[in-house]
Amino acid sequence: METITSIKPLLAVLVSLLVTPMLVSSRAPNVREAWTFVAAAAKFLIILSMLPTILKGTEIVYTVAEFPPGAAIKFRVDAFGMLFALVSSSLWIITSAYSIGYMRGLKEHSQTRYFCYFAFALSATIGVAFSANLLTLYLFYEMLSLATYPLVTHHQDHEGRSSGRKYLLYIMGTSIAFVLPAMLISYDLAGTLEFGKQGFLAGTGSKALMGLLLVMLIFGFAKAAIMPFHSWLPAAMVAPTPVSALLHAVAVVKVGVFCVVRVLTGVFGIDLLGSLNFGPFIIFIASVTILVGSFIALSQDGLKRLLAFSTIAQLSYIVLGVGLLSPKGMTGGMAHIAMHAFGKITLFFCAGAIFVATGKKNISEMVGIGRRMPVTMAAFFIGSLSIIGMPPCGGFVSKWYLVLGSLEAHQMPILFVLLGSSLLNAAYFMPFVYRAFFCKPDEAMFENTVKEAPPFCVVPLVITAVISIILLFYPQPFFRLASMMVQSITGT
Amino acid sequence: MSQQYPALLVVVPLLSALIISGAGWVNKRLCFPIAVVALGVAAYSCIGLLLRVLNEGVIVYKLGGWDPPMGIAYYVDHLNGLVLSVVSVVAFLNLIASKKSIEQEFPDKMGPFYALYVLMVAGLLGIVVTGDAFNLYVLLEIAALTGYGLLAMGEERAPLATLNYLYMGTIGASFYLLGVGYLYIITGSLNMVDIAGILPSLYQSKAVLGAFIICMVGVWLKMAFFPLHAWLPNAYTYAPSAASSLIAPLVTKVMIYVMIRLMLTVFTPEFAFNIVAVSEPIVWLAVIAIVMGAILALAERNLKKMLAYIVIAEVGYMVGGAWLGNRAGMTGAILHIVNDALMTLCVFLVAGNIVYKAKGYAFDDLKGLVRKMPFTMGAFVIGALSIIGVPPTCGFFSKWYLISGAIQAGHYGFMVALLFSSLVSVVLFFRVIEICYYEPFGDHHGHDHHSEPMDEAPITMLVPLLIVAAGLILVGLYTSDIINHIIEFAIPKGLV
Repeated sequence: METITSIKPLLAVLVSLLVTPMLVSSRAPNVREAWTFVAAAAKFLIILSMLPTILKGTEIVYTVAEFPPGAAIKFRVDAFGMLFALVSSSLWIITSAYSIGYMRGLKEHSQTRYFCYFAFALSATIGVAFSANLLTLYLFYEMLSLATYPLVTHHQDHEGRSSGRKYLLYIMGTSIAFVLPAMLISYDLAGTLEFGKQGFLAGTGSKALMGLLLVMLIFGFAKAAIMPFHSWLPAAMVAPTPVSALLHAVAVVKVGVFCVVRVLTGVFGIDLLGSLNFGPFIIFIASVTILVGSFIALSQDGLKRLLAFSTIAQLSYIVLGVGLLSPKGMTGGMAHIAMHAFGKITLFFCAGAIFVATGKKNISEMVGIGRRMPVTMAAFFIGSLSIIGMPPCGGFVSKWYLVLGSLEAHQMPILFVLLGSSLLNAAYFMPFVYRAFFCKPDEAMFENTVKEAPPFCVVPLVITAVISIILLFYPQPFFRLASMMVQSITGT
Repeated sequence: MSQQYPALLVVVPLLSALIISGAGWVNKRLCFPIAVVALGVAAYSCIGLLLRVLNEGVIVYKLGGWDPPMGIAYYVDHLNGLVLSVVSVVAFLNLIASKKSIEQEFPDKMGPFYALYVLMVAGLLGIVVTGDAFNLYVLLEIAALTGYGLLAMGEERAPLATLNYLYMGTIGASFYLLGVGYLYIITGSLNMVDIAGILPSLYQSKAVLGAFIICMVGVWLKMAFFPLHAWLPNAYTYAPSAASSLIAPLVTKVMIYVMIRLMLTVFTPEFAFNIVAVSEPIVWLAVIAIVMGAILALAERNLKKMLAYIVIAEVGYMVGGAWLGNRAGMTGAILHIVNDALMTLCVFLVAGNIVYKAKGYAFDDLKGLVRKMPFTMGAFVIGALSIIGVPPTCGFFSKWYLISGAIQAGHYGFMVALLFSSLVSVVLFFRVIEICYYEPFGDHHGHDHHSEPMDEAPITMLVPLLIVAAGLILVGLYTSDIINHIIEFAIPKGLV
């Protein structure tokens, strides 16, 4: 594998951090938001400029500081990191526009703080995506936890406080109690923390020890919301909706899954997991999370809470795909990061737009909303199709590959998990969408006049919905990146 | 000039203390500039010494030209070069930062305060630089007696708390003196290098063992190693903020240095770990110290007292790391001397700023501080993250080495204790941050928070604090340099 050294990964991480002084010192909100856009665009362009190199099969490395050998603070951009960075940085631009519509629409307080920590969180996200070793990954993972805390607790009320507590307790608690010791034990065993194509733990310890490390590392990255460490995510829904949309459907939770996938592929290695027969264990915990998460979502009335449980279930698709240890399954899992991101962020945008326009948070209060906000609800319909995994949306592609992967891995029960989950997804989304459009006139809770949320809210959600559809027909570069990564892991 | 650095760093503050107490009678405004100059010279000399040690290796300075073992010799190697720099820089920054709070708390006692302050720093620097076991005792008493004076200047309850400290501190110092007496009887020398040369043939002697253990108990009392910690929380809590932010970061750390010096230089790691063979129980004691320190801190609803209990837990980190008996643990302990001095300084300076503005440090006094004092609270968050051990702050990296040492030694109890303490620290600090951030609750969605104006501490208090906070991150990023260029040479090659 060819590598080149370039400072671009560091720049991509820092650019949003460097803009925070501008955000703080801007007097006029318009100037402040302009700086956010500058940072978001710069970040996206820097990442995009690395894409051709990565697509050629070259990796970009940059070492910031040497710590003990094998555990430097170091960036390495590979196909998988690129995939995730592209998804989160492109969505940050759209979310910034949406934030303006949402925060101004609701006349929220402390908007400067909000935009600052948002920028901070994106720095950490890209840092995770480009980490070359477990130490750097841990560094940015913790940074992200801290950057999102003020966003989750934005309202500074009792509910925000208790949710913030839960958030920190789950996320920092697990990372300190599980990831930190597991990382140090791995370092003691292998003498390095550098992610390898075949991991670095092969042949260093007994099966029991490997199993222990695996459990600690999977559950330690609690941002992946694998049960039983999931309940911070519904609690975090007290945050303003753009935060839920970008961070708790894309950046933060996908960072968790990204870490888990990195651990499976870069720390343990597919061969080691296969030879120790840990695949079924990973599949099992992922399947349980998928099914239980979907069942809980059925019973939710709060729209954002429903989406949160849906996210919990969908995240485990990604873990499931990689846990299948088959090339197609892994490709599907990794591509699902992108597919789910565009679908789920659309749904959150819609939930936020409804809240801005009507002040309603619960599904039971939204009967007939389709007549009042047809564009929003059409986008919601597209987003939910993508989550269910039906054409014409991108979610179909990744789900299709997951099905192929489970056939390839000879895991027939997984087919039923995937099928059952799709049915459950349809069961919690479709009645809502149906009743939004096709309710009896006397049931409708809204007047029969079209009144959408502000354009800054509506345009972004239309864009993401359209992208969700485009991804079915042209799932590049995400699909290409996922299959490149799988090729380099499996060596085929 | 640079040849005289070892003498300068003790003599200049010592003489300045005299001048300050005289100047205080003439004009009390003179005290502060003299103290700044004295500690500035000391800090400059210390850093100069460290740089010289990095280039030239160990420096021996014979006081008054008398040859050891008759005369007193100062030895500066990588270990105390590092500790000297930290002590002098911390003392200097705190001096600047506490000017306003001294003016506020006791405007009529500035002369005595600065005299004691500078004298105490002279004592602490002397302890670190000296190569003579008895001279160390003398300087220990200088530092202790001035420390009692500084602490007792605090609130109503301060004199009683300090009296308690005085009893315990004197017992500790006496223990140490007794141990040195044993060593003198056995070896006929007080010079550390000299003793170290004579001792190995006597390692089987019960008297040597006795001397070692008595010295250890003495320094543990002085550093508040659990269960010998009872004097510390009250003494630090009720002290004036300028005194507690000097004493809390430095005194315990200097005593850790003395312990490590005894283990590595006066005795050998071979003796400490293999012949005495009590590492295992001592590390378990450290585990108890860490866990109890954390739990007792949880029980407090008073910022300074909570921080005092964290100091006790941190002492457990360093004692445990030093006694793990491997290189990684010792590296972690020495690195943590530096890091803990800085992060304790950071959080105690924050407490000082809060007392200055809010007139109190109970949790109820902290409401709404994020709005009122954003910079102070920002520094507090960085200090808190360092104590929790979040990268890239320096606290993470010493914790890294301490845990690595625990894993290599197979001492999983110590590892669990360190992680437990980190988790408790998360709770401790975010509980404080929550109070500063949420309370008082607005009517809805925090819109009311706008009304409170910013009311930050004066710039002279703020700038040193922000320097320390930035230092926590910089030291973290330069950890590998500190380890490769300094700490690697501070630990004997024999210890792996």
